[in-house]
Amino acid sequence: MSVATATEATIGRGPVSAAKRETAYPGWFLLPAAVIYSVLFLLPTISSLYFSLTRWTLFDATFIGFDNFAQFFREPFLIKGLVNTVIYAVVTSGMKVVLGMALALLLTSRIIARGYLRSVVFFPVLVSTIGVGITFTVLMHPTNGMINEGLALLGVKGPGWLTNPNLALFSVALVDVWKGVGLATVIYIAGLVAIPRDYYEAARIDGATPWQNFWFVTLPLSRPATATVITLSFIGGLRTFDLIWAMTKGGPGFSSDTIASVIYKQYQAGFFGLSTAGNVVLFILIAILVVPLTMLLNRKRGHE
Amino acid sequence: MTMIKRRALVGLTAGLLAMTGMVGIAYAQTSLTLFSPNDQAAVAYTEAMVAAFEAANPDIKVEIEVGPGGTERDNMVKSRLATGTMNDVFVYNTGSLFQAINPVQSTVDLSSEAYMSTILDSFKQTVTATDGTLHGVPYGQAMGGGVLYNKRIYEELGLSVPKTWDEFMANNAKIKEAGKAPVIQTFGDTWTSQLFFLADYYNIQAVEPDFAAKYTTNEAKYAGNVAAMGGFQKQADVYNAGYLNEDYGAAVLDDGLRMLAQGDGAHYPMLTFAVGTIAQNYPDLLNDVGYFGLPGNDAAKNGTTVWMPTALYISANSPNVEAAKKLVAFVASKEGGCDPWVELNAITGPFLIQGCELPASVPTAVSDLGAYFTAEGQTAPALEFLSPVKGPNLENITVEVGSGIRTPEDAAALYDEDVKKQAQQLGLPGW
Repeated sequence: MSVATATEATIGRGPVSAAKRETAYPGWFLLPAAVIYSVLFLLPTISSLYFSLTRWTLFDATFIGFDNFAQFFREPFLIKGLVNTVIYAVVTSGMKVVLGMALALLLTSRIIARGYLRSVVFFPVLVSTIGVGITFTVLMHPTNGMINEGLALLGVKGPGWLTNPNLALFSVALVDVWKGVGLATVIYIAGLVAIPRDYYEAARIDGATPWQNFWFVTLPLSRPATATVITLSFIGGLRTFDLIWAMTKGGPGFSSDTIASVIYKQYQAGFFGLSTAGNVVLFILIAILVVPLTMLLNRKRGHE
Repeated sequence: MTMIKRRALVGLTAGLLAMTGMVGIAYAQTSLTLFSPNDQAAVAYTEAMVAAFEAANPDIKVEIEVGPGGTERDNMVKSRLATGTMNDVFVYNTGSLFQAINPVQSTVDLSSEAYMSTILDSFKQTVTATDGTLHGVPYGQAMGGGVLYNKRIYEELGLSVPKTWDEFMANNAKIKEAGKAPVIQTFGDTWTSQLFFLADYYNIQAVEPDFAAKYTTNEAKYAGNVAAMGGFQKQADVYNAGYLNEDYGAAVLDDGLRMLAQGDGAHYPMLTFAVGTIAQNYPDLLNDVGYFGLPGNDAAKNGTTVWMPTALYISANSPNVEAAKKLVAFVASKEGGCDPWVELNAITGPFLIQGCELPASVPTAVSDLGAYFTAEGQTAPALEFLSPVKGPNLENITVEVGSGIRTPEDAAALYDEDVKKQAQQLGLPGW
């Protein structure tokens, strides 16, 4: 079978070049890791390439060439899922940058209970995503939810946060920001603390206003932190699944579907070949986005 | 013999068995595991049935594993069967979903069992594999899929049960005037959104008797077919008229049943199995809830769509097929398959085993349903029991139609695309 030969070829190449470089270890020493790596990582990756070309029922697989890929790209909600994924990634990473910076400025200034407040901001990061999703689904209930009941006290009729098709994706994004902003804040705090005091002293002597202080000193010098926050939250946003599934399951209808939830729905419906094809597409897509990004970041680090 | 001595002996026997591999010693207990559904009534039934079975068969012990429902269950059942890790016996859907688990290879053939002659044909056709063999026995009762309604509201407003869709909408207008929600929808449980569409099948087949056969061979479509699209259209009608409860987008099944029983809403398109939940949660209000089939356009062709219950199957990988067959035979008998339901008072429709009678007093909704069964030609099985083709995205599409996001025409075209994948996956001819 093509899978077996492909695997042998790849394994065969690996250890040879490794052995040339690192003569310190004998071949058998690397064997256990190589076996685990091939059985748990290499084999599934390659066999998924094969199964993406079949109509697969888990019991038997019929080879159908590239039909799955053709079908997947015809999937009516693929485009919507792609657009939603990008919107979600941009909205969440943008808000995390702004809010993370603002909170970091607050939490590096001289305020009461600073250590306590810092940990409070970080707490949501530690909570399980599914738990957060279920909790907010209850809070965002259109009539009995605490959010809309609170708004009703102020005389405002709250919207159907998760049931309005135009709003559902943004409601989930908001929850994602609430849960993830702690991490952005911590990264920014580290970035802000690392800015040498000399710059602020020089700015003070030049008579800079607090606004100028922020705009010309803090913001440019925290650029490495900004790059880290954007990268982490953007990749996180692209592959988001758990929060969306816990809160809306892609609904109402298909209005908050992302690529990951579209693929999962194919798997759930029993279209195993089709969903494997979807995962191969997702794999290629992430590789296309992430490889240049990593190269760019590595180059930046070289300059500093 | 005292209990302690007996236990010691069992332990010793077990030890001997392990050492020598001997089988068939009198004290050896066979242990079966049962993958059961998770809705309240089914769990209560499973526990009662297993207790009765163990009392009759002291050498067999049955362990109940309560699994999830809906699409989660589909995933688990398929993965377990494919990897050979399925429980000895398991409960799963009949009809189109049964065909999708490759029953000939994954479950035990029960065609030659004596009890099969006592099971009604209308059920047997839903557990018949492609090669004509039978694979399951009923795990519950037949159900109606139509409209559960609040009789108190009907009495107060002087309404009568509608025979046509226009009468239904006229009733809705009066109910809305009286300040109640005419139609309850609960899209928090997405599957409940499908009822308008699925329960309308009686009306489709009344107009086009060969729809199911043509549909399976890719000769009949929903798009462009006014009769077939009726379910989508009805859902759009009630949405456009503003007849839904305020929280239709987030409410779940239990909310819907509460609104219906307490009279906050008048109509709830639902399967009659939900009557079991009302019996448990609101026993005083049980007889305020009645049932009628989803009305069509012609009062002369009034009837209801019916659903078959889930079935109990034996996994082909079970090492204890003999013991498992005893359990299945018990469930196929009056003692195991009917009496526990009657004792629990969880009656949702007629039994499918010969010799099982419904008790004298059943919930009002169930006796309303029974009237359709008594009359000639007033019931038709749901499409999923006549054709293996059912699209996986239906519940999302019906949520969209029911929330005014998508038009019925658009939904019909989209659903035709959706079923195509399913038909191809099953390898049906003509797709």
